[in-house]
Amino acid sequence: MGALQGRTLSPLLTVSGLTVRFGATVALDGLDLSVERGELFVLLGGSGSGKTTLLRAVGGFVQPQAGRIVLDGTDLGALPPHRRKVNTMFQSYALFPHMSVAANIGFGLRMRGLARAETDARVSEMLELVSLAGFGARMPAQLSGGQQQRVALARSLAPRPALLLLDEPLSALDRNLRRDTREELVRLQRRLGIAFILVTHDQEEALTMASRIGVMCNGKLAQVGSPAEVYERPNSRYVAEFLGAANILPAIAHASGTRLELSGSGITVCTATPVAAGPALLAIRPERMRLGETDAPNALHGVVVDRAYAGETLTHSVRLADGTVLRVTRSLRDGLGEAEAGMGERVTLSWRPDACIVLTE
Amino acid sequence: MNRGRALVLAVPWAWLLLLLLAPCVIVLVIALSESVDRVPPYSFAHPSLDNLALVATDPLYRDALLLSLKVAGVSTLICLLAGYPMALAIARSGERWRALLLLLAMLPFWTGFLMRINAWIGLLQDDGWINTVLGGFGVAPLRLLYTDAAMYIGIVYTYLPFMVLPLYARLSQLEAALLEAAADLGAPPWRAFLRVTLPLSLPGVWAGALLVFIPAVGEYVIPELLGGPQAQLIGRVLWGEFFQNRDWPTAAAVAVALLVVLLVVPGAVFSFVRRRVT
Repeated sequence: MGALQGRTLSPLLTVSGLTVRFGATVALDGLDLSVERGELFVLLGGSGSGKTTLLRAVGGFVQPQAGRIVLDGTDLGALPPHRRKVNTMFQSYALFPHMSVAANIGFGLRMRGLARAETDARVSEMLELVSLAGFGARMPAQLSGGQQQRVALARSLAPRPALLLLDEPLSALDRNLRRDTREELVRLQRRLGIAFILVTHDQEEALTMASRIGVMCNGKLAQVGSPAEVYERPNSRYVAEFLGAANILPAIAHASGTRLELSGSGITVCTATPVAAGPALLAIRPERMRLGETDAPNALHGVVVDRAYAGETLTHSVRLADGTVLRVTRSLRDGLGEAEAGMGERVTLSWRPDACIVLTE
Repeated sequence: MNRGRALVLAVPWAWLLLLLLAPCVIVLVIALSESVDRVPPYSFAHPSLDNLALVATDPLYRDALLLSLKVAGVSTLICLLAGYPMALAIARSGERWRALLLLLAMLPFWTGFLMRINAWIGLLQDDGWINTVLGGFGVAPLRLLYTDAAMYIGIVYTYLPFMVLPLYARLSQLEAALLEAAADLGAPPWRAFLRVTLPLSLPGVWAGALLVFIPAVGEYVIPELLGGPQAQLIGRVLWGEFFQNRDWPTAAAVAVALLVVLLVVPGAVFSFVRRRVT
């Protein structure tokens, strides 16, 4: 009884000390991670950060040099891919070109020895699930990219894995389709309750889909947390700059408190939360800064050197006296204003104390 | 623009006309002629289908053709069974090994064909290397040379690269992710092979089979040098008609029959494959 309870309370997947090396390159460097039941965990990182290697190690396609992967109480260590209760949706989809859509989706079921009738029933259920009812007899080559993506998803979900690994599942789709598919994927995940680990390099994808995000850097998890946590309170310069844009200013706190002196200009700014004495980095999101408002507690002066119009937003680049360029992004929900700062114009930048993110590295 | 295109296209067309169609027409003309005692030993004065009718009805030619088809078919099968693992091993080996293994597979081409067949005579004859080695183990000398076994060894040895290369070309293109997907979905390696690798390599299998089968049917040198006198393949019969009997029209008729069979059999295979694929 106690053991059973312990099992349901423990995380679905526990990765500890996972190390993978390819020759001299360290792809994963003693990585620790746990994924809960039913969550949509997004691994976010640049290319070469090790996110795909982690996914492949869990899938069984990469042999780690050290560390453990435990799924639902089972050590996956020695199990070959075909014995793991994990399925992968591959980035290239890897649909079998010589099999119909139905045969592709039913492949995993037949390999697990399901009876034909049951396989057929499950295949039509999956086709229904991904809105491809009636496409069972088509060949993969006869489908559009978006349809192929849904077949790949249905195929990997059909065996009802305990955990689904998705390697950049949306990267091959065009932008508009990607947004729709993103929402569809999250709805599907919630409905099925299967835990997903999704790998992406797209921060917008990560922020909108994830229940938790793990930001990967050099084979390690730099930070793990909810999208809001990771975005609002990044724990390092790397995370702050990788997830969204950030203006980074070196600063120093002469004493513990809410005052920071900017190293470039010597101006003192106020933070919302207390800072320990010593050198620090001040990060401010461009959308949390504004132009104008000279009476704000935190303000800097500079000259507009660039304007970038992006439809929904307008971003000014402002050069400070010490040469630092900061970006200020303004929402265009009320349209382009009359009093827009032009190139070369002297402006004042300001931000509220709670927009300050203080980093120590 | 169009003129340049026509010029470029003229080269292969001229090649085909001169070197493929013209000989066929000449052979057909001789097959329709009658045998006469002069140089050249045929006359087209009274064209007839007699020679072709003879070849079609006389059991000598029919049996030789059937035997050739059997020998070529068995050889193709052995080449496939031996060549598939080779091609798969090359395709799945590391990049550094791949070039070396491919080179080894093609290395026999660096030496003359007749020289290599003669080398086999040296290996297979009663006091040859194989029997010497076997004798060292106390095995009585085996009759190897001038048997069907020697002929099959020679044909398989000669044509194996023609099976391996198209198979390798196909297998090396196979996306590794497909096998990973199969494993991911619960297929152990042997099932992944049967369900994914093998069906996707079939075009390579057919290409290799045709490249071995077609020349093997008309093979003359190997059965002549390594095979026994009972191995009366169509190539040997044709040679006999042409050089021993100096009966050019009958020899030409045999050649036409062989050509027709070689067009029909692979043609049937191809249309079968195409129907399977689409």
